[in-house]
Amino acid sequence: MRSEQIPLIELNQVSKTFGKPTPDHSVQRLLQRLQLSRAKPVTHAVDRVDLRIHRGEVVGLVGESGCGKSTLGRMVAGLLPVSSGTASVDGKSLDSLTAEERHAVRLKVQMIFQDPSSSLNPRLRVDRIVGEGALLHGLTDKAGFDDYVSAQLQRAGLSQQFRQRYPHQFSGGQRQRIGIARALAVQPELLVCDESVAALDVSIQAQILNLFMDLRDELSLTYLFISHDLGVVEHLCDRVVVMYLGRVVESASVDDLFARANHPYTQALLAQIPRFDVRSTRYDAIKGEIPSPLNPPAGCHFHPRCPHAMARCREEVPVLREVSPNHLSACHLNEQ
Amino acid sequence: MSLPESSAVATPTLDVRNLCTSFYTRAGVLPAVRDVSLRVQPGRVLGLVGESGSGKSVTGFSILGLVDAPGRISGGQVLFKGRDLTGLSPAQLRDLQGNRIAMIFQDPMMTLNPVLRVDTQMIEAVRAHRPLSKRDAREHAARTLALMGIPSPEERLRAYPHQLSGGMRQRVAIAIALLHSPDLIIADEPTTALDVTIQAQILSEVQKLVREHGTSLIWITHDLSVVAGLADDVAVMYAGRIVEQGSVDDVLDRPQHPYTQGLIDSLPSRNRRGQRLRQIPGMAPDLLSMPAGCAFAARCSRASHLCAEDPPLRDVGPGQTVRCFHPGAADAQ
Repeated sequence: MRSEQIPLIELNQVSKTFGKPTPDHSVQRLLQRLQLSRAKPVTHAVDRVDLRIHRGEVVGLVGESGCGKSTLGRMVAGLLPVSSGTASVDGKSLDSLTAEERHAVRLKVQMIFQDPSSSLNPRLRVDRIVGEGALLHGLTDKAGFDDYVSAQLQRAGLSQQFRQRYPHQFSGGQRQRIGIARALAVQPELLVCDESVAALDVSIQAQILNLFMDLRDELSLTYLFISHDLGVVEHLCDRVVVMYLGRVVESASVDDLFARANHPYTQALLAQIPRFDVRSTRYDAIKGEIPSPLNPPAGCHFHPRCPHAMARCREEVPVLREVSPNHLSACHLNEQ
Repeated sequence: MSLPESSAVATPTLDVRNLCTSFYTRAGVLPAVRDVSLRVQPGRVLGLVGESGSGKSVTGFSILGLVDAPGRISGGQVLFKGRDLTGLSPAQLRDLQGNRIAMIFQDPMMTLNPVLRVDTQMIEAVRAHRPLSKRDAREHAARTLALMGIPSPEERLRAYPHQLSGGMRQRVAIAIALLHSPDLIIADEPTTALDVTIQAQILSEVQKLVREHGTSLIWITHDLSVVAGLADDVAVMYAGRIVEQGSVDDVLDRPQHPYTQGLIDSLPSRNRRGQRLRQIPGMAPDLLSMPAGCAFAARCSRASHLCAEDPPLRDVGPGQTVRCFHPGAADAQ
């Protein structure tokens, strides 16, 4: 079974904080007492998160803006170092690898960004954007470069005649395809898609989602699909992880999550999606906004907005527990 | 078609007739809005749907007289309660803008001045159209903020825009639009950049206000699901033209234009999970070099030799019009 396999990516109690705590020594304390210096705020963007992604799986990561989903995605892709905890690829911890090995491991995970215009160098032609990485890592050579780039472009649904053009000569959907071709050029196993279709029009979004699904079959790719659009996640993913203010609050298969959401936050989130087949909806909003990660509420982060909050929720952090097979949820309500 | 002035009940808040707006650029004339006709009755919500570049925002700007050079309204009428706005002087227009007609933008920072506190901006907006003392204007501003569901409005009034979250900023921008209880609000994608939870909160406030005050609302968006939940009527735009128009139930349940059908079919929720999505091939045409005839023909499976000419707007049901030579329900699959 799956659980016995070594996961492609494994994060263990991974945290990411931004902003250094001020050093605690006497001079600093004196300055603070005289109000000449203040302690610098520390943001807990991601707080002790476990995440396992198995080969061939499509995992959706959802949550509101500011919940840490992009930070987590960047750590998976190796673009941000973890502050604490361990990240392993293929069962090997990244800390234990030599620089050279880490280089090779990084290639396995590639990222596709939200904004296709700011993630492409406007001064480079498409062939350099797509092929430079592959050339550097020896996946192709100067002689085979043109053919290699053409093959990547074709796989992403672009004509090879576009090789000599600049990014500004393309539409938004085509630029996103260039970003996909660039990621595929280094033959990755896992693609981290950070809101990769959010900026696209509906009809173009469908084309790119279809491309993702075709590539999955063709190259047996694994995906971490970060999105705030639950409709897209429901369509594409096998498993969904829900984050709130840096913590994972629920994780389940797509069917389970959409049919039997356990955490009050997930339930509220699902109730808020505008649905095409529901007319004249009365929107019953969950109250309030996501609190600042600089100063998160104690206990369960969701308690100020939760309709079921109890005294315990204000003090104790709920842990992720299995509520049914492979369905995890972090809520005190499950223990009553 | 024009109705006598006496039948005030039947006068729509807004009646746009054959509106054309073009941009006269160095590269050529760009027809952003072509022959658009719309009607909004008091207390109704019209969803104006289209993809980027379809001319939906320019339509909104044209109604309010906000199109800047090199753009110009090149034809048609905008009748606001029977009065044509296209011929008004800038001073006469300013009298209506922000007063009887208000606009909400996608980015609230387009409405808010970043270096002024919220109260300064709101008091100024109140006093621009009403002779109130500063104190009364401030009170009115606080009441309007509370109406938008903003907690502790007094505190928010003293804040600068950068001290507010994105959702809060958009609520303040909407509150400013509501200060004079306008007859018509044009909302240009105001919730697109927000999270679903915040979007739902704002939609619920807006919905309540429209129902209570009988305000007419044009909600410009690319999101069909938002339109389904909010609007009474819907108009679908493609390449500067309205291709289909009617009540939400008619257009979304029985779309007649192949573009509307394509848009609906490409929604993930309309497809079997994990299956390929039905997609519209190709992309929207370049407005600078528009093909003759139907702009959608190159992407359309029903296109025939007829489509080389401009399709006329035709009625396909009570209140439902379509601009297509081959209207009809989607082919059996």
